[in-house]
Amino acid sequence: MFCYCSYLPCQNPPPMSAPLPASLPFPLLAGRVHEASGPGAASFAILACAQVPGPLLWISEDWQTARLDPAGLASFTDPGRLLLADTANQTDTLAIAEEALKDGAVALVVAEMTRPLNLREGRRLQLAAKTGGATGLCLIPEGMGSNAAETRWQCSPVFDPGRSADSTLMQWEIIKNKKGTLGAWHVRWDATAHRLDVVSPVGLRPGAAALRG
Amino acid sequence: MWFPRLASDRALRLCAVDAPFALTLRQANTERLYDLNRQAEAQGLSRLMPFAEARAFCPALQTRPADPSGDLRFLAGLRRWALRYCPWVGLEGEDGLVLDITGAAHLFGGEEPLLNDMRARLLRAGLETRLGLADSRGAAWALAHYGPRHGQTIAAPGGTAAALDSLPVAALRIDPETTTALQRLGLPTIGALVRASRAPLARRFGQALLTRLDQAMGHRPEAITPWTDPPHFATRLTLPEPIGLTADVMAGLERLLQALCAKLKAQEAGARALSLTLRRVDQNSQVLSLRLAVAMRDPARILPLFARMVEGVDAGFGIDQLRLAATLVEPLPLQQIGDSRAAQPEQLDNLLTRIGTRIGLDQIRRFQPLDSHIPERSFQLVPATEAAPCSDWSAPRPRPLHLFPPEPVTARGTTPPERFRWRRMSLTTGRATGPERIAPEWWGEDQDWRSGIRDYWRVETKQGRRLWMFHTPQRPGWFVQGEFP
Repeated sequence: MFCYCSYLPCQNPPPMSAPLPASLPFPLLAGRVHEASGPGAASFAILACAQVPGPLLWISEDWQTARLDPAGLASFTDPGRLLLADTANQTDTLAIAEEALKDGAVALVVAEMTRPLNLREGRRLQLAAKTGGATGLCLIPEGMGSNAAETRWQCSPVFDPGRSADSTLMQWEIIKNKKGTLGAWHVRWDATAHRLDVVSPVGLRPGAAALRG
Repeated sequence: MWFPRLASDRALRLCAVDAPFALTLRQANTERLYDLNRQAEAQGLSRLMPFAEARAFCPALQTRPADPSGDLRFLAGLRRWALRYCPWVGLEGEDGLVLDITGAAHLFGGEEPLLNDMRARLLRAGLETRLGLADSRGAAWALAHYGPRHGQTIAAPGGTAAALDSLPVAALRIDPETTTALQRLGLPTIGALVRASRAPLARRFGQALLTRLDQAMGHRPEAITPWTDPPHFATRLTLPEPIGLTADVMAGLERLLQALCAKLKAQEAGARALSLTLRRVDQNSQVLSLRLAVAMRDPARILPLFARMVEGVDAGFGIDQLRLAATLVEPLPLQQIGDSRAAQPEQLDNLLTRIGTRIGLDQIRRFQPLDSHIPERSFQLVPATEAAPCSDWSAPRPRPLHLFPPEPVTARGTTPPERFRWRRMSLTTGRATGPERIAPEWWGEDQDWRSGIRDYWRVETKQGRRLWMFHTPQRPGWFVQGEFP
């Protein structure tokens, strides 16, 4: 995916970036429900939000203390597009997600899950997404996915030794895919160009040996 | 039309008393008589007399507490009743009505029969009434208040001056000091005042007296402010046979909605909240309230929103009355249709309403910026239906994606620790950027910022997590408050 350029200075080489490879199923397939887990799941959801136009719905349970910060969101997408729904329990979360997916007025529905989904619940969400043509994304605790999900992503931030302070490098590993193969990618958000870059893993970049030394 | 004993007549209408009767009102720490009936007046009592004194004069006095706001409501009701005589009816003070019967008197056979009709009807209602009729509003007021009690209180057209000639100057609606002063000057009646020269009067009493005089004589116009009834957004359907099926209730509701929405459309208004009352045969009733995300008046859009709630209704032995009221109404002007862009927000509003019926409309919120440099107070969450989206977000420095209440970390020193434990993870600092010093707002009292200024660092750990940590130099300690993407 990248070419080696020997004339680049070896101390702090810019990592190679490329357009999104065809094998990376991102942006997420519309009309389906996807799942993301891991410490970088929220970042994954925000990047998914940046890929779709129009209003977005983010459903979470009201007891959760971690709150999205609009100032931090602003470098990814316009926080004004985001509608936050606070529910009392997961039943409400599922009902609202189903309603919103079926309606299709919002292009992406992000739902934070706290307990495992059973097959019936997962399937109902899929059918609702199919009816409305909206994309669903469930942020699930690790290992609590539903069999009905279209894709499941394991997302975690990665330390980027060669970059300055604004690094957003993370690893996205697809661990379930109904319509394709599995794989893992290192991606980074380019805040100035508003673009997602796929970069080569840290250890394989040009000049990586010098950094490690 | 003057009701000299409006308050006591109203109280006696509810419960007749054939004895001295008065209403008391607490004014400046003293119970005083607010209003009293004719029998009480005959005993030598008067208004504003202290209650204790009145009891001493007349031990048989019966009293009840006064309710001035209720009297005003009663007067508003009388105003509505008076619309049967003419369309221009306004309030006159706290105990009178003023009617502009121009062009309406002949419907009742002339002015005299009109007044007789009013007097008879009000007497039957138990209200003492004094009526005056004249060319000008001021003259009619004077005749009603100071005219002969049992004689003619109608001033013939053009005969205003003659009718008012012998009335006291107090009938000009002037303050008591002016009245006393005029009497001392030897001008006790309106006729004497008219014949006096105007210039000295204006110098002595100001323009107000002459204005009142001109208004009474009809030289200067005085308008009546007729009240209009606020539109009433409610419809009702009473059924000859009780119904119990969901489909039947929805069909009835559809009829009510069509009538209500037509009313809303005529007023260019839209409903934000509706309440449907279903009365059952056993006189129990159930109220379904629906809050809408946006003002609307389209029956086809509102009807499905009720469906979920109607399904949950217990019909018992059947429902025989439906009443639909718009409890919250907002202006909704007519809009140009055919704009394809307008379809999208409408769909979103419908979705928000449906979600709102489940979790409450206040639970759907959006970000709104606040002017504060404290990270957690630089924004607020407001209900999405009450605020327009705002896209002016700029942070001078990188801000985390997630904010949470500060979580302490065991570390010391003013630079980020090399190794630390957070949420049972052992983390190693790979790179730290900072510090960014944020001081608490001295003008506001905030419990969380008791520890003084904070030095924020962006700490990238070798394990991958990028944390927003801060150090409090005034009370040494390290905390994690957020996480970067």
